[in-house]
Amino acid sequence: MAAKRVIVIGGGVAGMQAAVALKKQGVTPMLIERDITLGGKLCRWDRLFPSGTRAGEVVSPLVEAISETGIRTVLCGEVSEIVGDDSRVEVMLTDGSSYEAEAAIIATGFDLFDASLKEEYGYGIYPNVVTSVDLEEMFRSGAVVRADGSEPRSVAILHCVGSRDRQAGCGHCSRVCCITGVKQAIELKQLYPGCNVYNFYMDMRMFGSGYEELYKEAQERYRVNFIRGRISECSGTMDSRVLVKAEDTLAGRPLRLTVDMTVLLVGKQAPASNAKFASELGICVSSDGFFKGADCFDGATLTSRRNIFVAGTATGPKNVGESMNEAVAAAIKAAEYVKGLA
Amino acid sequence: MEKAVADIHKGSSGTVAKKFGFTVKSGRAIDIDAADMSVADEVMARVPSWSLCIGCGGCTATCTAGAFADYNFRRLHLMVRRGEVTGLRGRLSACMLCGKCVLQCPRGVNTRGVIAALMELLPRD
Amino acid sequence: MKRYTWDRYQKTIPDDRFYYARSCIRQNFFPGSEAVFLRILRDDLGVDVFDDAKHTSCTGIGYHSDIVPLETIMTVVARQFALMTEAGYENMVSSCITSFGLYTEILTMWEHHPELEEQARANLKAATGRDFVKPKCVVHSSDLIFHFRERIAEKAKVRLVDPVSGRPLKVVDHIGCHYAKIFPTAGIGGSEFPYVLAGMVESWGGETVDYPERRHCCGFGFRNYLVQANRGVPLSNSRQKLESMAPYKPDFIVANCPGCTMFLDKWQYAISEIEGVTYGPDGRGIPVLSYEEMAGLVLGYGPWDLGMQMHQVSVEPLLNKLEIEYDESHKFLGNNGKYISHPAHCGL
Repeated sequence: MAAKRVIVIGGGVAGMQAAVALKKQGVTPMLIERDITLGGKLCRWDRLFPSGTRAGEVVSPLVEAISETGIRTVLCGEVSEIVGDDSRVEVMLTDGSSYEAEAAIIATGFDLFDASLKEEYGYGIYPNVVTSVDLEEMFRSGAVVRADGSEPRSVAILHCVGSRDRQAGCGHCSRVCCITGVKQAIELKQLYPGCNVYNFYMDMRMFGSGYEELYKEAQERYRVNFIRGRISECSGTMDSRVLVKAEDTLAGRPLRLTVDMTVLLVGKQAPASNAKFASELGICVSSDGFFKGADCFDGATLTSRRNIFVAGTATGPKNVGESMNEAVAAAIKAAEYVKGLA
Repeated sequence: MEKAVADIHKGSSGTVAKKFGFTVKSGRAIDIDAADMSVADEVMARVPSWSLCIGCGGCTATCTAGAFADYNFRRLHLMVRRGEVTGLRGRLSACMLCGKCVLQCPRGVNTRGVIAALMELLPRD
Repeated sequence: MKRYTWDRYQKTIPDDRFYYARSCIRQNFFPGSEAVFLRILRDDLGVDVFDDAKHTSCTGIGYHSDIVPLETIMTVVARQFALMTEAGYENMVSSCITSFGLYTEILTMWEHHPELEEQARANLKAATGRDFVKPKCVVHSSDLIFHFRERIAEKAKVRLVDPVSGRPLKVVDHIGCHYAKIFPTAGIGGSEFPYVLAGMVESWGGETVDYPERRHCCGFGFRNYLVQANRGVPLSNSRQKLESMAPYKPDFIVANCPGCTMFLDKWQYAISEIEGVTYGPDGRGIPVLSYEEMAGLVLGYGPWDLGMQMHQVSVEPLLNKLEIEYDESHKFLGNNGKYISHPAHCGL
């Protein structure tokens, strides 16, 4: 009887969740993470929408479960190549080591859009233009301040930076930025009630449970200003503030506003390595570069290779809950597969 | 922003202007920095549900007056929220206070309350 | 300001042998600029630039005003290339931003639609009997001054520094839209933070002013400006820039586009007449220089040789600040020493 081993590539929430679920299914998972710690992008996050739960409260139990159940974990493991055939997968790392299993779950997540590519917003040039990730790190450190250390009294939050933008090479919707913008607007208001916050959006895509309610709360309780229109340009002013230009599309007029700080809600992009791994394995990526499941329904975690499974944001932008649930689904499918091997 | 008093000199405009056949245009941009939010703040204090508007236009679609007069309630109250309050009172007078907009609003904005507050607070043209 | 984006947009600029394509309107507004460009390149830098009496307007003004059709302008541009080929040159340097944009755009159109190139070749052949080889490289003349900015700095007689206080002069740079907004990769520094003029200013001791409306278009717009009744829109765009830059108290403006340079200079007069508003210290306006004039001053050329008496905003305050000697009595003498008369309104 063949061994029942599954390699999970990627130690973010999806990968950890998949590994833990595999273990519960009675197969032997192994987790490979390129970073020095487990947790992925969430390690840089403070609180999660829509509940305000600390990111650590989601990550820590998973890290503990990995450790308690003795799941073999390789940290600082950068995958260089994935090879194999229909019955065997071999994952090679850049340090020359390699690991073999009967199946693999790819949970390699996403890359953050590099905001400096949208040159018109001056990220990296104007010190008070920051990204949503920078702001999240400020929330974590407890110092949400401008470059000179002062409190912001007005903040513009720009949705869709590196999302729904074909010119920037990312035509897809990153899905979670809208609700992140609402969450961060509320957090700014909680921290500085007198601060004027303006969210510039193209559409408000409140797709998740509790999202619309949070949006309503942002309007009613926190008086966040929502302006439908995309910022076309950010410029630095003499006093290191930021002049933003947009159209208020509901008014049908251009709009100008000077703020103390501008936050760019950066989107999720498919890592460049997706295409490489897909071609090595003979599986597919979608036009947006994320891995393509066998179908949009029951086969969302399956690929055209029967022993390769996909989970989490490796298949497209998702929230944390969706990623974790998809990881369980992938683990069940992978466990069914390896258990069925003769 | 530092006032550059020394470097912008304002004198009386000359007579050559009329010979040009064109003149300086006032900017079309909504300037939030210069906005007068006093009316908006007062309306918001009186009718807190106003904050919930998402600009769907349901109020304007159903508006009895707007069907025949130059009166777009969605746009009118948006301009108040952007601090532009001049020239609105006359338009608002087209409202028949039928109240259909209140019934229509998906966000539960007390639109008639907003109209009542604006009728009181908007400056006379 | 940080300038990391400039690294993303470099372009190859040859060192020698250029065919020069002049501008239609610069001779009128900044008449010394093109002459001094040739003098700097030939006499100061030893570069071979061929100035051809046979070339014509690129017809860009007509094209952008919906008067000249695409087929016609392509044939005219093909003729410029033919003249360059006949003169034995492969690199083209354009004095005008609009021409530069059109040459670049037409070459790209021909790349994507070879049938358009064939048509232009056939039209040119039928009309003039000429053939052409496409240029290896098309640059704007500001690209060339940028390319040689360090060599110019080595020969500098004047630096863009206040000699009394040692303060670097504050310079507003303005880049023509057709320089890098058509193809960001065609411009040094790209379209959002172009470095072509800022690089010169920094090499020669000054500092550029990053003011909020820096990237805003001057409003020229060709057919918008050409119709008198429409000029309020172009004028107001320039005014938006002037209002935005004024608080920074710039010592002068430098631009690389014929239209923009003219606009930012002449509109200061129109605004003073219409609104009674003047910019700059003592209400004497903010001087507007072409990059050749700026380079010329740095290399020690006389202001009247540079044609600066034709500016709307008088340049004397800037010359005085830089302690550049000039003879006021020679201001309105032409090349031959003949009096060319005073302007009706000289802003003094």
